[in-house]
Amino acid sequence: MAVLKITQENFEEEVSKSNIPVIIDFYADWCGPCKMMSPIIDNIAEELGESVKVGKVNIDDNKNLAMQFGIMSIPTVIIFKEGKAEKTFVGLRDKEEILNGLK
Amino acid sequence: MYDVIIIGAGPAGITASLYTQRGNLKTLVLYNEKSGLEKAEHIENYYGFENGISGEALYKIGIEQAKNIGVDVIKEEVTKVENNIDYFKIVTPRGEYTSKVLILSTGNKKNKPKIKGIEKFEGKGVSYCTICDGFFFRNRSISVIGSGNYAVSETNELINIANDITILTNGEKAPEIRADNVNIDTKKIEEIIGENKVEGVKFKDGTEIQTDGIFIAQGVAGSADFAKKLGIITNKDNIVVNANMETNVKGIFACGDCTGGLLQVSKAVYEGAKAGLEAIKYIRKNNK
Repeated sequence: MAVLKITQENFEEEVSKSNIPVIIDFYADWCGPCKMMSPIIDNIAEELGESVKVGKVNIDDNKNLAMQFGIMSIPTVIIFKEGKAEKTFVGLRDKEEILNGLK
Repeated sequence: MYDVIIIGAGPAGITASLYTQRGNLKTLVLYNEKSGLEKAEHIENYYGFENGISGEALYKIGIEQAKNIGVDVIKEEVTKVENNIDYFKIVTPRGEYTSKVLILSTGNKKNKPKIKGIEKFEGKGVSYCTICDGFFFRNRSISVIGSGNYAVSETNELINIANDITILTNGEKAPEIRADNVNIDTKKIEEIIGENKVEGVKFKDGTEIQTDGIFIAQGVAGSADFAKKLGIITNKDNIVVNANMETNVKGIFACGDCTGGLLQVSKAVYEGAKAGLEAIKYIRKNNK
């Protein structure tokens, strides 16, 4: 599935109301480690196909979302299930660790 | 500019330097702290020493061997590493060095202070990466835990972002730093306090200070500290490498104890050799 651009406007529709798990990568353009996280997230989206939704939130453009989820360190990846933040990964992680978090 | 800069002068870093220097690459090894090898009193399970050898002697011989073939081996602490895409910039308290390839062989020492609350608040106000997370504390009051050159370097990164910074030495001697918005507190720390995020620090003497964020910069920066800033993938603070000792960041290799696994000289020597040979291939392939 394509990686979705998640914003304050579409968060509810795409994440809160989603009936499949959603993986969200909170990032900023100026953050070096976030640039390394990005291809890992792309790869997860490709590999998991239609079973999981994958999205990215630019924290500079969506400060309210970053605040809502208490993001104080980036990259942070959160797995949402039934609209609730189930698992949080702070800092750069490899694909395996994030996929394990889905189980 | 150097072709290769290696951080760490243990068996992995020195072996890598022997290969890169002999491969005609201008090589610099920077080291500072006492190596894990130096602490080994007597090594009897490494090839070629009929009566065994002390870790300290083996370490010294390695450094001399590298110097004898033309490697620059310099005792200077690395406080900052930057990836500028075309080259790497390595900063020490004395100056800066640049290179095309970076090899991390800093051993397996972990710098995480044993203070109650640190792990609980990771990502909730406790950070290991000023360049990633400094932004979240713009115009706020923050603290840096540490007392050496690394703590000073990290504080300098934050000076123009935060409203004020307190360096918490946790009982260690205060470092030298002069800035209007930097204070130093040498009291021993009891715990980091807060509800859902960092709100303050409690000291052993019962006093408290308020703080919005805490950056960890204790001791000398190690592989895990560099990895976080460079975007290198780690697993339990060990650097993740492939069979060619490459990290996920182009041009950065890692070898020896910092990659985890067997903490043995023989494993470090193999990985150093592989990292050195692959660094040579990398530079030739990229025509650098």
